[in-house]
Amino acid sequence: MIVMAVLMSTGVPDWARVAGIAAVTVGAIAFVVVMPRWRYAVHRWEATDEAVYTQTGWFDQERRIAPITRIQTVDSARGPLEQLFGLSTVTVTTASAKGPLRIAGLDVATADGLVDALTAAAQASAGDAT
Amino acid sequence: MTVEVAPEIPWRRLSRRMLFVHPVHELLRFLPLIVIFVVFGRGDVSNAPYGLIAAAAAVLLGVMRWLTTEYRVTPDQVQIRSGLLERKISSVARDRVRAVDVTARVMHRLLGLAVVTIGTGRQAGQNDDALRLDGLTVEETARLRGELLDRTAGEEAAAPATPGQVLARWRTSWVRYGPFSFSGFVTLGVLAGGAAQGLNELGPVDTDDVHLPHVVEQLADLGIGAVVTVAAIALVLAATMLATAGYFIAHFRFTLSREANGTLHVSRGLLTTRATTLEERRLRGVELDLPLPLRLVRGARLTAIATGADAGATALLLPPAPAAEARETAVRVLGDDTPVTGALREHPPAAIRRRWTRALGPAAVLVAATLVAGAAGVVSWPLAAAVAAVLLASGAALALDRIRALGHAIAGRWLVAQSGSIRRTRAILERDGVIGVNVRSSYFQRRAGVCTFTATTAGGREGYAVLDVDEATAIGLAEETVPGLLTPFLRA
Repeated sequence: MIVMAVLMSTGVPDWARVAGIAAVTVGAIAFVVVMPRWRYAVHRWEATDEAVYTQTGWFDQERRIAPITRIQTVDSARGPLEQLFGLSTVTVTTASAKGPLRIAGLDVATADGLVDALTAAAQASAGDAT
Repeated sequence: MTVEVAPEIPWRRLSRRMLFVHPVHELLRFLPLIVIFVVFGRGDVSNAPYGLIAAAAAVLLGVMRWLTTEYRVTPDQVQIRSGLLERKISSVARDRVRAVDVTARVMHRLLGLAVVTIGTGRQAGQNDDALRLDGLTVEETARLRGELLDRTAGEEAAAPATPGQVLARWRTSWVRYGPFSFSGFVTLGVLAGGAAQGLNELGPVDTDDVHLPHVVEQLADLGIGAVVTVAAIALVLAATMLATAGYFIAHFRFTLSREANGTLHVSRGLLTTRATTLEERRLRGVELDLPLPLRLVRGARLTAIATGADAGATALLLPPAPAAEARETAVRVLGDDTPVTGALREHPPAAIRRRWTRALGPAAVLVAATLVAGAAGVVSWPLAAAVAAVLLASGAALALDRIRALGHAIAGRWLVAQSGSIRRTRAILERDGVIGVNVRSSYFQRRAGVCTFTATTAGGREGYAVLDVDEATAIGLAEETVPGLLTPFLRA
């Protein structure tokens, strides 16, 4: 945006303006082509009887693991785009603000099943999850 | 949450003396404005009525709050009922109460009152005000605290003032550590902001009327370098004085003690007194803060990692004090000295390389810019060379200091993580309190074959990071903090 604003301002020679716009466009296309594929290749999730595991990110990657016994809430949310594509996002929170696990882009049936299973498992465990 | 109807337990009110405290507080808040009007006899008077109306409304609201706020402690819940138009009952299970904070400002103290804030395990920022009782008498405060945290004594009101074991006690000589925190500059900033706002209240200043005082004119003659030097010295002096005074006001007669009912008790304050009671069962560890300025004078401070106490003032276990004292206090709190003084495991060579690149990288960019400026003749060559040398030297010093700090350990029941230079911390976190594991790796970390291991917990900073360890170490740490956590995910 800032680059574009600079390019559009007066006093920039025409050749520089063309080159700048070309560079930004190439960059944007590369980003749109590369980033989602990279992300999709990285993203993983798994839920067992003991823990939930996620792997997200692309340039910076993060793996999060939370034991079932420490789960506090299990939410599922569907944004407008997700509804269009029949997808859903499941968020598993623990008592730590640094710990929520987000599993984005699950199909609705899988997401609902996961929410039910995790809720049941979390309720079955004793303690107050702190 | 369901509210059980328990008619036999009467609702209790805030102290009647609050009816007096509110108006005085409001008046005090508007005092600067009033002084400005009286002393200067000028300013934009058209704003004054709004200010007075606001003050009157605030007083009225205070009275309403007293009339509508009630609380009671049932066998399993604490309930607070408040609100005039929108009646609201906040209830919290008594076994969820983790900390009780009792604060008394000057007015409250004169009238024998205190504000009680109940800390629970809920996440920070979630509707904290609901569990605040502004204005209980001191006797009632003690009674309530006993009821909330004394589970050993059963339902009877706890006998107050059971002598506890003192873990740390105030020494006046600690004041010398006051200036070596950043608080002085923060206070100065807040004051400057307040002053600017006060000047705004005066309305636009007619610039023609303003004559630069003689001193300023003379300073201007001395040139920009002298003015900057004088301003910097004045700033540092003011910040030092403010920080010292602030330290005295906030931490005067600091006492940390372990009470017989299984709680840690902190009391402090010169004008506003503050007493925090933490349930020790909920203590997840401690954090030793060793910021650079404090480290230069061999000081440190200690905070608690506990549910119900945020990382701020509630969690303070020792204000800036001699580092040895802070370490001893940590040992006394934890009951074990290995995590506090024990040796730390070293990080892989990649971690050390990354400290160098991360400290020298930005320095190199600045050095290049300086040299370009020197070559272009914007600044003279000797100056550019000197600036470049200073930049490189401080970058190297930073890297070396960070390398020295870096370390982690599993010591007894605790996970220890130490890192940082400007803001060095040694976090000692109970393994049992770890409720999740995050393993983060940037592109560059992956290329160097390292990752950042973060143990999440409920309380304190919520997550404590072990920087730049290799994958095998991270898996080992996860296994040691939460046994069995990774087993289903590990490929044979």
